[in-house]
Amino acid sequence: MTTSRRKFIKISALGIGGLATVSTAYKMFGGNAYLDAVVKENIANKFKRSATYCEVCFWKCAAWAYSDDEGNIQKIIGNDDDSHCNGRLCPRGTGGVGMYSDDDRLKTPLIRTTIDGEETYREASWEEALDLIASKFKGIKETYGAESIALLKHGSPGSHLEHLFKAMGSDTIAEPAYAQCRGPRETGFGLTFGSWVGSPEPTDIRDTKCLVLIGSHIGENMHNTQVQEMSDAIDNGATIITVDPRFSTAASKSEHWLAIKPATDIALLLSWMHVLIEEGIYNKKYVEKYTSGFEQLKAHVQKYTPEWAYGITTIKPDVIRKTARIMADAAPAAIIHPGRHVTWYGDDSQRERAIAILNGLLGSWGNRGGFYLKEGLKVPDFPCPEYPEPKWGWHEIGEKYPYAEMGNTSEVVNATIGGSDNKYPIKAWMVAGTNLIQTLPQRDKTIEAINTLDFMVVVDTMPMEITGYADVVLPECTYLERYDEIRSAPNRIPSIAVRIPAVKPKYDSKPAWWISKELGERLGLGEYFNYNDFEEVIEWQLQQLGTSLEEMKKLGVKQYPRKSGSLFFEEDKNHTFFTPSGKIEFYSHQLAAKGFDPIPVYTPHPEPPQGFYRLNYGRSPMHTFSRTINNPNLNDLKSENTLWVNPKVARILGLKKNQEVWLKNQDDVVSTFSIKVRVTERVRWDSVYMYHGFGHNNKKLTRAFGKGVSDTDLITKVVVDPIMGGTGLRGNFVSILTENPHKTLAI
Amino acid sequence: MRYAMVIDTLKCVGCSDCVVACQTENNVPIGYCRDWITETVDGSYPNIVMELKSERCNHCDNAPCVRCCPTGASHIVDGGIVLVTPNECIGCGACIESCPYDARFQHPDGYVDKCTFCHHRLENGQLPACVSVCPTKCMYFGDLDNPNSEVSQLLKNRKHKTLAPEAGTNPHVFYLI
Amino acid sequence: MQEELFTSGRHIPNIDPSLQIWHWPIALYLFLGGLAAGILFFAALFYILKKDKEYPAAVKITSVIPPIALSIGLLALVYDLTHQLYTWQLYTTFRIESPMSWGAWVLLIVTPLSFIWTFSYYREVYPKLESKLKLFERLKFLNTFEQFIVKNRIYIAYALIPLALILGVYTGILLSAFNARPLWNNAILGPLFLTSGLSTGAAAIILFSKTSIEKHLFGKIDLALIIIELALIVHMIMGYYAGSQVQLEAMQLLVGGDFTVMFFGFVVILGLIVPAVLELIELIGFKVPVIVPAMLVILGGLIFRFVMVEAGQLTRFLY
Ligand SMILES: Nc1nc2c(c(=O)[nH]1)N[C@H]1C(S)=C(S)[C@@H](COP(=O)(O)OP(=O)(O)OC[C@H]3O[C@@H](n4cnc5c(=O)[nH]c(N)nc54)[C@H](O)[C@@H]3O)O[C@H]1N2
Ligand SMILES: Nc1nc2c(c(=O)[nH]1)N[C@H]1C(S)=C(S)[C@@H](COP(=O)(O)OP(=O)(O)OC[C@H]3O[C@@H](n4cnc5c(=O)[nH]c(N)nc54)[C@H](O)[C@@H]3O)O[C@H]1N2
Ligand code: SF4
Ligand code: SF4
Ligand code: SF4
Ligand code: SF4
Ligand code: SF4
Ligand SMILES: [Mo]
Repeated sequence: MTTSRRKFIKISALGIGGLATVSTAYKMFGGNAYLDAVVKENIANKFKRSATYCEVCFWKCAAWAYSDDEGNIQKIIGNDDDSHCNGRLCPRGTGGVGMYSDDDRLKTPLIRTTIDGEETYREASWEEALDLIASKFKGIKETYGAESIALLKHGSPGSHLEHLFKAMGSDTIAEPAYAQCRGPRETGFGLTFGSWVGSPEPTDIRDTKCLVLIGSHIGENMHNTQVQEMSDAIDNGATIITVDPRFSTAASKSEHWLAIKPATDIALLLSWMHVLIEEGIYNKKYVEKYTSGFEQLKAHVQKYTPEWAYGITTIKPDVIRKTARIMADAAPAAIIHPGRHVTWYGDDSQRERAIAILNGLLGSWGNRGGFYLKEGLKVPDFPCPEYPEPKWGWHEIGEKYPYAEMGNTSEVVNATIGGSDNKYPIKAWMVAGTNLIQTLPQRDKTIEAINTLDFMVVVDTMPMEITGYADVVLPECTYLERYDEIRSAPNRIPSIAVRIPAVKPKYDSKPAWWISKELGERLGLGEYFNYNDFEEVIEWQLQQLGTSLEEMKKLGVKQYPRKSGSLFFEEDKNHTFFTPSGKIEFYSHQLAAKGFDPIPVYTPHPEPPQGFYRLNYGRSPMHTFSRTINNPNLNDLKSENTLWVNPKVARILGLKKNQEVWLKNQDDVVSTFSIKVRVTERVRWDSVYMYHGFGHNNKKLTRAFGKGVSDTDLITKVVVDPIMGGTGLRGNFVSILTENPHKTLAI
Repeated sequence: MRYAMVIDTLKCVGCSDCVVACQTENNVPIGYCRDWITETVDGSYPNIVMELKSERCNHCDNAPCVRCCPTGASHIVDGGIVLVTPNECIGCGACIESCPYDARFQHPDGYVDKCTFCHHRLENGQLPACVSVCPTKCMYFGDLDNPNSEVSQLLKNRKHKTLAPEAGTNPHVFYLI
Repeated sequence: MQEELFTSGRHIPNIDPSLQIWHWPIALYLFLGGLAAGILFFAALFYILKKDKEYPAAVKITSVIPPIALSIGLLALVYDLTHQLYTWQLYTTFRIESPMSWGAWVLLIVTPLSFIWTFSYYREVYPKLESKLKLFERLKFLNTFEQFIVKNRIYIAYALIPLALILGVYTGILLSAFNARPLWNNAILGPLFLTSGLSTGAAAIILFSKTSIEKHLFGKIDLALIIIELALIVHMIMGYYAGSQVQLEAMQLLVGGDFTVMFFGFVVILGLIVPAVLELIELIGFKVPVIVPAMLVILGGLIFRFVMVEAGQLTRFLY
């Protein structure tokens, strides 16, 4: 019974009752166009400007939201003083208006119920929904301990709920931005430099002379400052070298595009090291001063000649040599970019180690045009009692992976499957700001885990797939309608930014801080929420930071002078790294101690069998994952993804442009929907490529439903990184079906 | 005064920020747009070149859309900006047929609409919305009559082209190549 | 491989994937304009030549068509406007460079003239109708008005000749002025549409005429016009051949694409060559029901406008 209990509820379940019509701005003063212009002028003058920072992705650009008298958000413009955006948002940030205006939004709390033997949702009051959640949480806490309630989160709602969970005594917290995203790079760089790369990446791209992108598709990956600075670098005549099996946008801007065979990057990186050391063109002074393990490295890479790498990567030896020399010439103003979504093939921490070592050889860490020494500002915690000490948490769940540094979503899934028999049993989930169904690989496992749960709450703004599995759905208002914590991200110069509600929450939606507080009070944790409004928290914190809410409403962003010293290493000073040796560790004793390769080695990965193509995926510049596909403004730019197919493959398979096809992967999993073919030279003949985030399967998403294919559908196989538990997603192979497989199934 | 837009194709990443920004700035209804992005790919793997461009009305000097307009709704104002006065426009579509760039469209309210070079912003001393948001800063806007303006300098020093020059319209959106 | 695509934007209804701004009303309007021009031209010409007795169909009977055709044409034009409430703006100005403006003004002058022309023959041609309606009895001023017009008919005829020619040429120039649509953008289209309009006009006169002399004469005229028209079409296609890449592509639509059957089958063969042959046979002395070639010419003319309006909108400079 339990297995079918939480079966995904299709939208037809929910009555049409909740439908509300929003008059879009243009309709409002439609009719006479000449009047439009006049009205527009007047409104333009009457626009109210509210400080915020963007939540369409996690770059958190500070911005101004312009709203009219009617309480409609008209436009969102970057804050000129913000170092995350320099007054220019990316397309998703500009299109953030659609996050607010989307009339498919969640409108009221929903509770799973059975009517006439059919599972459905009914609209509920906040009171009822919160009472229900509190009573369920209480029950689980009493029987299993608060640790058995897991928080899976991403983005701003996370911090409020994290506070609730810690107050409750649970540290069973994870987010997909680690084990499905940047985890391996933090571990790889952490082991080498003793510090994370972190977000925003402290890459001094604007002043670099040579930018090397390993995969990292900046320009499609629209992380704002990275894109802006890459453009500055082009202006400044920097050489860009892009290593990517696909002709990415960045590749088209590059002097050298190294069309590498997928999954062979470590071989290239090793042979670059080989050339630098062999030709003696590495940064000798830097290496001597700051690094340890050089001799071992030298011995290790001796055999990795460009000729050797050529056989593996298909990149010509002279190209490898030439590009290595370009880096050396530019050094230390050279960046081998760590990338961000780096969970590819399971040996990702090692690839990141190789990237880190290469940066070490060039001396780019701590030098202009390389990596700057970032500085952030600590926002003081609003006074509250100490958190109780949990008996176990994310760390214990992921104990298999010694160098994991954050909660691993997939391990939470694993710990949930098996229920009470597990050493660390997980009985309930609270999911906020992450659409696990489209985000985690091996969807069957995620659903299996969900089905074993006693209880699941989802806090979201949209009726995303994940909400269809919840027992209770809580509608959060969008970032434009709420306070959130003060943004304080490390950067060249420390700064803070505030998020002030630009308009009142639409429908019956509420901010996550309010949800946390209400739940906290119901759980007897009121003392942790010693305020009526989160505004008070911000106000208090801002005062501690020597400013005020009033001032910040006017400024949006405030910069603070650096305190940690210079932005780069200084000639005459030494710098101690937070590694055991205090140096950049080319040879990692830490890894050796746990039985891992102390210096990266290349291991071959499976290749697509006959008739299959490697499933490659990446970012659509105008979308963020699955969250914006239904956004009216951004959907207008791109409403479905396409399957990139090399013309050779198209010829062999007889595929035509815009032909609808279905995909079937190595495990016989078939894509839910069809996808249109794009025949393009930009992709290799052994791979196909698509944008991630499309192929939504919830009918409530009226614009996004059934448009394109979800790569996640087909990622049923992962190779787990043994060092930190990252789930390598790029080892899946698909075949292309020209007939609708679902039709044949139905017969 | 002769306004012109200069767009550096070597920097444009095709992100379409310029498209959304125009929509939110100018209340362009969903499903319509005054600017758009094209991608051209040439060559064969792995010897490929790609060009990404943001396109819009070229505010042509020799504007066929203005010439063929029977009511004068399409007209040229100071600075060479081609505008449409909605309540003089009968929606005959002649200007749409006449534009080699297909830069115009019938607004759902009936009149013809297109890029205005954000005339209303220029009047307030602001740059066009698209130019002001572009994350790669690959769009430039200014006065061609002023030899020291950024646009004049860029056109003087960099290789550039216009779209469909054979149409004889003398476009004023330039692409650096 | 070369690939060209819109990354985003440009999902503009009526423009992409192909321009669909002008619909059937425009084609109909161009056809009716041409037809009316043709009839009015012959009516005025034969009146001036004082041949109204010999050729009553040309001068008097068929002239019932132009006012109706022009009225329907105008309605069709307005129907295809998307901002109709502002139609009056057409008459607040005259734009010398705008064919649309020329058309609007020429129609404003020709349409009333055509009504007046028809009116002047009303009692003569339709005595039965008048005996029923008794308009002239009821509205006395009509008598003086009619007198006035009949007296000045010759001046109207003098005015109608150039006006009809302008109208006929205009139906072609409306399209050919569009530099942006390679299929339309050639100097032949004006004369071609004029010829076609005259030819359909002649065909209409054949249909209405009751005497064999008149049928015969207009058969000959029509034959000559068809030959000219065919020559112009050949000329037009050669022009495309000699033209730029975009024009070559545009021509493909007519000679080797979606519109080939329509164009060659219906316009050139059924609408021009077959009637020409039939008229020739008739002239040589065989018995052919003249109604057949005449109908074919008229239908061919109509399809021709449809083909040109539709196909032209598929052709463009970029993408
Ligand atoms: N517009 C937009 N921007 C975003 C996001 C978004 O959702 N939308 N998300 C943000 C987030 S959270 C992240 S983590 C980042 C991710 O952005 P990146 O870190 O840039 O992601 P990658 O996976 O490195 O980049 C995908 C590229 O890797 C290439 N690739 C595939 N296989 C291989 C291989 O074997 N070797 C090499 N060298 N390259 C390969 C693909 O062809 C593709 O071009 O983007 C961020 N920016
Ligand atoms: N197949 C595949 N899987 C991937 C990736 C991939 O490229 N391909 N990328 C990986 C990477 S790099 C990352 S970082 C992760 C990202 O994974 P997720 O963080 O899960 O990303 P989204 O798909 O954007 O899901 C975000 C959810 O948050 C909701 N949301 C948006 N704004 C708010 C808000 O203000 N409040 C609340 N409560 N909810 C909100 C959205 O509606 C959506 O349901 O995915 C990873 N998984
Ligand atoms: S990069 Fe774009 S989506 Fe992300 S926070 Fe900045 S503006 Fe928003
Ligand atoms: S905003 Fe700039 S970079 Fe983005 S598509 Fe437009 S012109 Fe190109
Ligand atoms: S681009 Fe088109 S609409 Fe703009 S001025 Fe030129 S012809 Fe007119
Ligand atoms: S549609 Fe409007 S602007 Fe265009 S030609 Fe007709 S009247 Fe002029
Ligand atoms: S100049 Fe203004 S109207 Fe023209 S495309 Fe840019 S934003 Fe739109
Ligand atoms: Mo990520």
